Amino acid sequence: MSPSHQRTFIVHVEDRPGVLNRVISLFRRRAYNIDSLTVARTERPAISRITLVVVVDEREARLLEANLYKLINVLYVEDVTHQGPLVRELALLKVKATEETRSQLLQVCDVFRARAIDVTPSALVVELTGTPDKIDGLIEVLRPAGIIELVRTGAVAMERGARSPLAGVLDAAPPEQAA
Amino acid sequence: MTTAGTSPKREQAPTGQGDSPGDSAPEYARSTAKKTGAEIVWDVLASEGVDVVFGYPGGAIMPIYNALHQRPIRHVLVRHEQGAAHMADGYARASGKVGVCLATSGPGATNLVTGIATAMLDSTPLVCITGQVSSTLLGSDAFQELDITGVTLPITKHNYLVTRAEDIAPTLREAFFIARSGRPGPVLVDITKDAQQATASIESRPRPVRLPGHRPAHHPSAEDLTRAAELIAAAERPLIFAGHGIIKAEASAQLMELVEKTGIPVASTLLGLGGFPAMHPLSLGMMGMHGEAWVNTAIQESDLLIALGMRFDDRVTGNLKTYARKARKIHVEIDPSELNKNVQVDVALAGELRRTLTDLIPRVAQRTCTPWVQHIQSLKSSSAARDIQYMPHNGRLHAAHVIHDLWWLTRGKALMVTDVGQHQMWEAQYYRHERPRQLITSGGLGTMGFALPAAMGAHLAQPGEEVWVVVGDGGFQMSAAELSTCAQEGIKLHVAIINNGYLGMVRQLQQFFYENRYTATPLLNPDFVKLAEAHGLNGLRVTRREQIPEAVAQARASACTTVIDFRVEQEDSVYPMVPSGADLDEMIRRPQDDSEVCAISPWNSGAV
Repeated sequence: MSPSHQRTFIVHVEDRPGVLNRVISLFRRRAYNIDSLTVARTERPAISRITLVVVVDEREARLLEANLYKLINVLYVEDVTHQGPLVRELALLKVKATEETRSQLLQVCDVFRARAIDVTPSALVVELTGTPDKIDGLIEVLRPAGIIELVRTGAVAMERGARSPLAGVLDAAPPEQAA
Repeated sequence: MTTAGTSPKREQAPTGQGDSPGDSAPEYARSTAKKTGAEIVWDVLASEGVDVVFGYPGGAIMPIYNALHQRPIRHVLVRHEQGAAHMADGYARASGKVGVCLATSGPGATNLVTGIATAMLDSTPLVCITGQVSSTLLGSDAFQELDITGVTLPITKHNYLVTRAEDIAPTLREAFFIARSGRPGPVLVDITKDAQQATASIESRPRPVRLPGHRPAHHPSAEDLTRAAELIAAAERPLIFAGHGIIKAEASAQLMELVEKTGIPVASTLLGLGGFPAMHPLSLGMMGMHGEAWVNTAIQESDLLIALGMRFDDRVTGNLKTYARKARKIHVEIDPSELNKNVQVDVALAGELRRTLTDLIPRVAQRTCTPWVQHIQSLKSSSAARDIQYMPHNGRLHAAHVIHDLWWLTRGKALMVTDVGQHQMWEAQYYRHERPRQLITSGGLGTMGFALPAAMGAHLAQPGEEVWVVVGDGGFQMSAAELSTCAQEGIKLHVAIINNGYLGMVRQLQQFFYENRYTATPLLNPDFVKLAEAHGLNGLRVTRREQIPEAVAQARASACTTVIDFRVEQEDSVYPMVPSGADLDEMIRRPQDDSEVCAISPWNSGAV
């Protein structure tokens, strides 16, 4: 399916064993393919952040969000698709490069603001950070030279503006003890 | 055994202190020193108000069983761990408390799975404690090691793997809190053997559970409540749907208040039966696949559905495209993920049901629905003629007669526990459930084998009640071994086997949709009377309707569990029936001509 159907979720979770598995299980259960998934720590201790890109329609997205909230270790979920979030991805590309082609390849990389991080007589390793589209662009341009190896992180996303998504979430009063 | 080679003595959990002779205080009563993880388990269970647990010991849970010695908590030794989970489930459904079951690692834990899934689908609060191999062996494929938290991930509300004694108390407290709060559900706590054996100090005054991601209490906004009240005021043909949530949230009184204020008739889901008294003039009975025809017709004609604590299951709605198209919909539900899941609603009220109704009722204007109720009455009177109760039965014993007579002879007061299949639907149609928690049945997962163990749990939760188990000959044999538990524990049940010599519901589907090809549905049954007697229990057989009162009287007079083998008409079907995926008012009705109910199959005829 085309990326235009992609939806981007940001999921804040408690950093505990098995939590990622619980989150992913919701997608597995419905046989959705996850296009991109990144997880790492955040500015707050013991809280991790998952950026998840998946092709689902509006209704499925709403149900997924509600189901994510059912997970005990999920703190905050946001479907940021329509908010124009800042999205970045990191890629490392290993490309064939000889004496003759190297400078030309480096020029191309320069246009994309990619950085060569390793050079050998026959190859070049390039690092690029950018939107997934921009990384796709560099890959297309470098493909004729011969891509030996490619690794991408998957997207991370952040909303614009000053608001912290976790503001108020962790400071909320503990839930009422059941009678 | 996970600790192969260790002596039996080392299997004993270290007790920390108190081995000195003459020290008569029980272990659990001392709070000053450290305790073993196993002792902490029982301390927490006691502090959570647990008085009975259901379980089966094994290698990886030995320390916990060892620490059970001389505890004031009753342990029921089941014959299969699935029975333990169903008993805990029945206990929880009958009492409103959290049910607790215990099993060892590996096969003990996997045997719980069907019971846990049953509880998950019907939102029963359970805490399931499993033993796990020692933490040093985790991941090594040790003897009886199994990743039970992985296995139960999709069928628990939450689960834990605990590897340290000091984590046991806070984890178990969280487990109870999660199990009973919000939309209830099963929570599994897997505890490694070394954590059970190690010692830790236990706080005398535990900190309150704090789960920042767990928000069980939702409350609808005042605007949404007002919108709902406006829809109720404007509707001409409104219906209330009483779901399981009415019973879970103990909101029956609020439902009655709403009905009395508005005159709106009430249809129930299978699990909602009893949430509104069946004999109330505005009670319509069950809706859906085997709901009464007039109820489903009324749903299709209604202009407003007020759905309370139910989830628009496919067994309730039939074809979603044609479901209640003329109706606006108000949905009150504690679990926000159920709102707009199957059916798009006009007003979605995420909230605890009793509180939401309490907030809604003052906003709702007093009204009546007389013409609409009269219309439903006319649907009903034209429908009743096709009911088996009104047909000549030529001396044959129909399941519907059995259920009807049980209702009559128990004055409608028995606590009914059913299994899954035709008898379940007949029970739902012909017993009149008057109060919440009067019917316990497996709805969501449809678990055969549920009834007998669940009834034992229900009996222990409500020892004063007369408990009747209505079960098919197929489902009964899925957990018949628990008769032995019944005998050992001195539990008195009344078991009505609706014996038609078939896996009846599947046979019915074969009759309707597979041209009478009865593949793998005839059952060669044991002699259920002798089976009961072999357990030292009472066994009776009933083949004619006029024998029912005497059999029921004998069962009630018996000191022990009585199994009654009701030999019913073999090829009777449950009517009406909405075929799976069909429109809700597209029902298969009972044929007027009784000849469709045909000859006896060879299996049962000889013994009758």
